[in-house]
Amino acid sequence: MVSQHKGGWSRRRVLAATGAGAAAAAMPRLAAATPQEADDMVKKLLGGAAAKEGKVQLRLKDIAESGAAEPVSVAVDSPMTAADHVKAIHVVAEGNPAPGVSSWFFTPRSGKAEIAFRMRLGKTQTVRAYAVMSDGSVWMAKQEIKVTIGGC
Amino acid sequence: MAAPAIKARIPAQAKKGEVIEIKAQITHDMESGQRKHPDGTPIPRRIINKFVCTWNKDVVVSSDWHTAMSANPFVTIYALATESGKITLTYHDDNGEKYEHSADIVVS
Repeated sequence: MVSQHKGGWSRRRVLAATGAGAAAAAMPRLAAATPQEADDMVKKLLGGAAAKEGKVQLRLKDIAESGAAEPVSVAVDSPMTAADHVKAIHVVAEGNPAPGVSSWFFTPRSGKAEIAFRMRLGKTQTVRAYAVMSDGSVWMAKQEIKVTIGGC
Repeated sequence: MAAPAIKARIPAQAKKGEVIEIKAQITHDMESGQRKHPDGTPIPRRIINKFVCTWNKDVVVSSDWHTAMSANPFVTIYALATESGKITLTYHDDNGEKYEHSADIVVS
């Protein structure tokens, strides 16, 4: 029994370790947006148009390396002519303190409707991308991403 | 925060009708307004809220950014090569400042 105090976990060390864990768990968490708030934001961006799933390719990892700067790319298949092009891409995060991430606006001069950037992720959540076409139709894609270290 | 610096990769030449890739990064804290100083006072929000790429003053891509854009934002966009001229990237800061980067491109 005496050897426990030398090599193994002493009572003092166990208490110190569990105490630190409890303190970390009690840290105040940032208020996150809800999917409902994200829906409201989307309604504002799209002016109430209904989105169908498809056409939009949203690329991001399944598990984020860091919530502070996670690479995201969005691409939409379109000939990008004056008659048929993508007008806008909106990216929305359901679980961040504010649901809006960024909105991108294109013209036929853009060549293709594709963008890539890095975003912040507060917690494990679903990221959505919406594409508004020149004919008024709206398409979307969504993906869940696991976040172990939040970065908001 | 140090003065923002822009690094961009813009091709010097392109064929007419080609879609070129533009990559750009600006050093900027993108302070979200969520963080606090150690004494508890909030750090005010200061982000780049608008990013625009123009080709001879025609808008190619414009974008509105929110606080979920990462610090030192790094973006990739595309543009259709139409005529020789100047490509300009403009970043609009919350404090009203504008940061610009321009590059000349020859279209053959």
